[in-house]
Amino acid sequence: MILAIASGKGGTGKTTVAVNLARAFAQKLQLLDCDVEEPNSHLFLPAEISGEEAVSILVPEVDESLCDGCGECGHFCAYHAIISTGAKPLVFAEMCHGCGGCMLVCPKKAIREIPRRIGIIEKRKSGEIVLLTGRLDVGQAMAPPLIREVRRRLLPGMPAILDAPPGTSCPVIVSIRGADFILLVTEPTPFGLHDLKIAVDMVRELGIPFGVLVNRAGSGDDRVHGFCREAHVPIMAEVPDDRRIAEAYSRGQLIVEALPEYFELFAGLAEKLLKNSGVDRG
Amino acid sequence: MKELVVISGKGGTGKTSLAASFSVLAERPVIADCDVDAADLHLVLATHIRERHDFTSGHQAIIRQADCRGCGTCLKLCRFEAVQKTTREDDVTTYAIDPVACEGCGVCVRFCPQRAIDFPESLCGEWMVSDTRCGPMVHARLGIAAENSGKLVSIVRREARRIAELENRSSIIVDGPPGIGCPVIASLTGATLVLVVTEPTVSGEHDLERVLALARHFEMPAAVCVNKWDLNPDMTRRIEAMARRAGAKIAGRIRFDRAVTAAQLQERAVVETEAPCVADIQQVWKNINL
Repeated sequence: MILAIASGKGGTGKTTVAVNLARAFAQKLQLLDCDVEEPNSHLFLPAEISGEEAVSILVPEVDESLCDGCGECGHFCAYHAIISTGAKPLVFAEMCHGCGGCMLVCPKKAIREIPRRIGIIEKRKSGEIVLLTGRLDVGQAMAPPLIREVRRRLLPGMPAILDAPPGTSCPVIVSIRGADFILLVTEPTPFGLHDLKIAVDMVRELGIPFGVLVNRAGSGDDRVHGFCREAHVPIMAEVPDDRRIAEAYSRGQLIVEALPEYFELFAGLAEKLLKNSGVDRG
Repeated sequence: MKELVVISGKGGTGKTSLAASFSVLAERPVIADCDVDAADLHLVLATHIRERHDFTSGHQAIIRQADCRGCGTCLKLCRFEAVQKTTREDDVTTYAIDPVACEGCGVCVRFCPQRAIDFPESLCGEWMVSDTRCGPMVHARLGIAAENSGKLVSIVRREARRIAELENRSSIIVDGPPGIGCPVIASLTGATLVLVVTEPTVSGEHDLERVLALARHFEMPAAVCVNKWDLNPDMTRRIEAMARRAGAKIAGRIRFDRAVTAAQLQERAVVETEAPCVADIQQVWKNINL
């Protein structure tokens, strides 16, 4: 089972849900932190880094002795990452998506690809949880290639939770594609509702079964509930608006450990999600 | 013209609530909502849409099934896992492009031996100019799963600048996206000041460090404001010390106040209410001194 935790709006509690759910599963499980711009899961599951690998994308390098300045590469590139104006081409590596097109179209075979680092993947083990964290290097614009590498390290046969970045654009899609079930975390406020609607549209377009978790329940109004009822979206769980939760979170504590009365809530949610994803435990 | 960009690294720290309040406090501002994934500012600054424009960007590969011979060249060349292979019951293999995964590079289009792949321009969203009670606002809506959020952010900022010049307005308030990637970089480069809104939590601290490193990377002056500071006063002090070490100014603290949500429910900016934290927000605005 692959469960993705997502949300339109940021700061609704994706990571809180992901780490507490992972702990409440109480079985061997992978947690993939796909919010590579601002990964936070590891802050709540303290463990030494047991492995670290750099992730690179392939970007072009031009052999000027072979290049005759024909301009094919620059003409082809959809991202303006290689520009050729009569003379030898200039490479803007930070714009490059790594599609390999320039190398393929070059008639002189003057372009080869060299790796360019964009981030790292850290591995940790906390109890039964294997945590993989993608971490984009500061100043890098493109998260999707790193997220794809994190996803590629997902081991088949072991249940997995994916902690996605906020929003609905490419980094989110790359994170949650291929999941068996998506849990959308929201809060009962106008911002929460507005961004939930966008997220629901996104998940419906992907055709993946999904449900909603209402975080900070009681803090706003009942419009999120009304929307879920009318749109036939199941509410899988509600986490109350409890200042003690916010304080435990601020210190980097798991709610299921700092406030044991909430353990059942997350364990119950885990059971429900397993049932909903149509996959047997283990 | 001064341009203030409100960002946060971590999502949900209060960027939009604060940007709405600054829009009320600023004198004749232009407002730019650059969180093009999940734009929320219009929910508190009731808007009347003046103009709407399509945002087209890049292209989308589509295989014409009638012309595809099933050679698999596209699958072999695609680096974005966008080509889906299906073998039908009669053993015929077909290929299709997943529009959600396609990054519009054009490699499959160029190298398909049958020339069976079309490459139309794709509609990636829209951007709008609206009137609010605080001034004109430029905002956008990126299409679901769309690429090029950075380009859309650049359009929103460019239009905001154009309107500011045209209407002789002195400041632009930019509500930025979360994270440190492409849309954030597009939001902050070349602005007058970056205000980072954070919260006194382990995540807030971790994400602030990265977002300040980003500001330094682009040589942008930065100020930091801790929202809900009294949730964890020790962490607030720790964060402020770290921000100072990273070369940022401290713009102030805002107390934890449930009236912020209440203001949102009334579709008002916090400073338009009697909320206790209004004094804190006014102080932050004064300290920024845009």
